[in-house]
Amino acid sequence: MVEEGLKIELGKQGVFVTTIEELYNWGRRSSIWPMQFGLACCAIEMIATTMARYDMARFGAEVFRPSPRQADLMIISGTVTKKMAPQVVRLYNQMAEPKYVIAMGACAISGGPFKQGYNVLKGIDRYIPVDVHIPGCPPRPEALLQAFMTLQKKIDAQPLTGEGRPRFLDAKAQGEFPVPEFGEHDLEPSSNMGVWPVPVVISTGTKGPGTRD
Amino acid sequence: MASNPYFSLTVLFVAAMGFGLAPLALAWMWGKAFSPPKPNAVKNAIYECGLVSKGDAWMQFRSAYYLYAIIFLIFDVEAVFLLPFAVAFTGLGVAACLAMLVFVLMLIEGLAWAWAKGVLTWI
Repeated sequence: MVEEGLKIELGKQGVFVTTIEELYNWGRRSSIWPMQFGLACCAIEMIATTMARYDMARFGAEVFRPSPRQADLMIISGTVTKKMAPQVVRLYNQMAEPKYVIAMGACAISGGPFKQGYNVLKGIDRYIPVDVHIPGCPPRPEALLQAFMTLQKKIDAQPLTGEGRPRFLDAKAQGEFPVPEFGEHDLEPSSNMGVWPVPVVISTGTKGPGTRD
Repeated sequence: MASNPYFSLTVLFVAAMGFGLAPLALAWMWGKAFSPPKPNAVKNAIYECGLVSKGDAWMQFRSAYYLYAIIFLIFDVEAVFLLPFAVAFTGLGVAACLAMLVFVLMLIEGLAWAWAKGVLTWI
């Protein structure tokens, strides 16, 4: 690890110092290729982000790939219905490591306005690990760019070795995320253990205003 | 060996191959060293649109469209010949007219045959 101050001093003398880790992460964060698929209205904002006014190409991420094999980033752009969830999880599984996920909009995070519906998944992070959540309904293109920069910062901070190394560098880490199937009443399993721990419902006995049965 | 006129070409060829293959080999070795593959059945599936493929790709197709396409091609070519024939019609001799007539009649015979065989009826 090179100290930041030493690096600046050396830079003033015309000596450029870096580490393999920095170079590697610089390369990865500067060429994140998203997968080309949109789920709902957020997809329109995602498309706007790639166009000239917002210009996602500034981040090296304008190359939307139509195949999961060539994509690094999955932007969950919109409502994930329970009918669509198995396909989304399967596509995520088919992406090559390293892979990242941005959950875009209220629906992708939690089900949004459809949270109490019978057919909408209450957040895609029940099945796949999400790196960045963006609130909004839909989030503006600036929000997506902000999420993108957050993801770049996250990639930049990933060490290549040691305890905190990312999943794709860890041979023992989980590689497959079980694809849910249509059950009698709900998707089965209703969440993937390890990705999304089921919250424990604590019953206090008294019902406050706004609580539901 | 060095006196061979192709010696320099061979050297250049080997250098060119090395220039192309070395980055690929480096990338491959980097991948081997730093990114453990995590293959599984879902990831290795051939079909990549999110759905599970159903059935077998080795199925029989009806040949009706194939016959249709062949007949279309024949008359497409005929139209290509008919256009210059029509343009130069006034300046043509009897022999040329007869040759064209034979050509068109042959194709019409083919059409009559296909019609009789029931190819033109789409099932």
